Amino acid sequence: MKRYSAFAIAKEAFRHQLGWERAWRSPEPKPEYEVIIVGAGGHGLATAYYLGKNHGITNIAILEKNWLGGGNTGRNTTIIRSNYLQDASAAIYEKARSLYETLSQDLNYNVMFSPRGVAMLAQTHHEVRGYRRTARANAIQGVETEFIGSEQVKALCPIINVDGPRFPVLGALWQPRGGTARHDAVAWGYARACSDMGMDIIQNCAVTAVRRTGGTVTGVETTRGAVGCRKLGIVVAGHSGVLAAMAGFRLPVESVALQALVSEPVKPCMDIVVMANTVHGYMSQSDKGELVIGGGADGFNNYTQRGSFHHVEETVRALVETFPIISRLRMLRQWAGIVDMTGDRSPILSKTPLENCFINCGWGTGGFKAIPGSGWAMAELMAKGEPGPLAAPFGLDRFREGRFIDESVAAGVAH
Amino acid sequence: MLILTCPCCGAEADETELASGGEAHIQRQGPESTDAAFEAYLFQRKNPSGVHFERWRHAFGCGKWFHAARCTRTLEVFGTYTAQSLKPPKWILDRIRKRRPDWAGPLP
Ligand SMILES: Cc1cc2nc3c(=O)[nH]c(=O)nc-3n(C[C@H](O)[C@H](O)[C@H](O)COP(=O)(O)OP(=O)(O)OC[C@H]3O[C@@H](n4cnc5c(N)ncnc54)[C@H](O)[C@@H]3O)c2cc1C
Ligand SMILES: [Zn+2]
Repeated sequence: MKRYSAFAIAKEAFRHQLGWERAWRSPEPKPEYEVIIVGAGGHGLATAYYLGKNHGITNIAILEKNWLGGGNTGRNTTIIRSNYLQDASAAIYEKARSLYETLSQDLNYNVMFSPRGVAMLAQTHHEVRGYRRTARANAIQGVETEFIGSEQVKALCPIINVDGPRFPVLGALWQPRGGTARHDAVAWGYARACSDMGMDIIQNCAVTAVRRTGGTVTGVETTRGAVGCRKLGIVVAGHSGVLAAMAGFRLPVESVALQALVSEPVKPCMDIVVMANTVHGYMSQSDKGELVIGGGADGFNNYTQRGSFHHVEETVRALVETFPIISRLRMLRQWAGIVDMTGDRSPILSKTPLENCFINCGWGTGGFKAIPGSGWAMAELMAKGEPGPLAAPFGLDRFREGRFIDESVAAGVAH
Repeated sequence: MLILTCPCCGAEADETELASGGEAHIQRQGPESTDAAFEAYLFQRKNPSGVHFERWRHAFGCGKWFHAARCTRTLEVFGTYTAQSLKPPKWILDRIRKRRPDWAGPLP
């Protein structure tokens, strides 16, 4: 792989940009691999990357039904934060956030991580209490957050209306080192690094069946033929239930459509991420100037990647209340992704009833921020066959034991 | 927009008038059940990409519960039927099979 650098750009400028190579190969599937990962979203690619980097396993195929990064990874609103309440969540999301800080250097690919700060507005007294509690928990967990007053919120983001008639802003949970990254670049950067390690990323290759003898997976059938493997990792977000059914087990997961929208581009008007959970809306500004807005999730099972119109209306209504300045902006595009919601709204990184099959899912409305940490923990689980400290609390057994990781206050809208 | 006909009052209700009650025909497990059966009852869901049977409530209408058969991949509605059914009635299964000849039947 040729490294990207200022020197490479200068060199290419002198030869009509003809020396750039493809970022990743598009090989034909081989008959067998040591590891197959199903799903080339951020989590699947990161799992493969850390299997190679941390555990020396590179005989890997990543099988993708459509194009890599075209699932939720390429549809999300890219908020990165780790200000969770429970220790298990704070650990894995903070691991991910800290890996994001140096991901561009690590991958030699600019993922445009922008630690611009995330403010979660407190608009009820209940939220004030909740966020003060989270800030204290974060202090113990080693996650840098702070509860700030409404004057500070106004100073950080002058376009917020802090004296709204329904829900005045009483303060915010402020994570200065949260922010955003470029979603496609995260998928592309991992893909390029995986391909460089000799892994095969096979796009337009849907897995249609899981082959097994007894309790062991022997491979998968795909739209491009059968492929054998010694270990299988299922990392398909909204389609986890479909893959689990192929493998003969059932998950505590339901799939719903979650929407987002962007406005027409405008001049810079906000340089932090703002989340308003009481009125259900959040917003940040992209480098192109569009306001990136997270919408609501449908209340029923859905695989259509569309989402209902009335959620757009609800979201925009909430945001106009919080940011009156946007009331005359036009919205440019709207889309949805199929998100996988678990029984306790926390993710699953787990062994399965099949001995050499592992699953990573349930990131629901908020897994972009977790990609590097999730890949790191999933790679350890797949390499050793047992979860490490990051993944251990997120096993499927927690549903049988009633050992839930209750962060549900944070779920339901995209974030 | 999803539109279901409420079998209780006959109104054509759009989704803003309805509340989804999730997967239908889940058998409640009693004190005698195994841990595995209780876990399945509480959490494990079929979540199919395709034909699905669900409970719905006509929340901002007559207020009553009913069942619906629907495709989660296309949002096609096959029909609605009364809440007093332990499994999908034959007429609705026949209707689904007619429209989806390759459908394997309800998941066990
Ligand atoms: C609108 C929206 C906004 C969001 N906002 C945020 C946010 O601000 N911050 C945040 O942290 N998170 C956010 N999320 C959540 C985040 O996008 C997801 O949690 C995360 O991207 C999941 O990544 P993944 O790799 O698990 O799944 P995906 O990126 O969906 O990848 C799964 C892949 O599996 C493939 N696949 C499925 N079935 C098969 C098969 N049979 N064979 C082969 N391949 C298959 C799919 O094609 C897909 O490419 C948002 C999500 C949405 C939809
Ligand atoms: Zn009714």
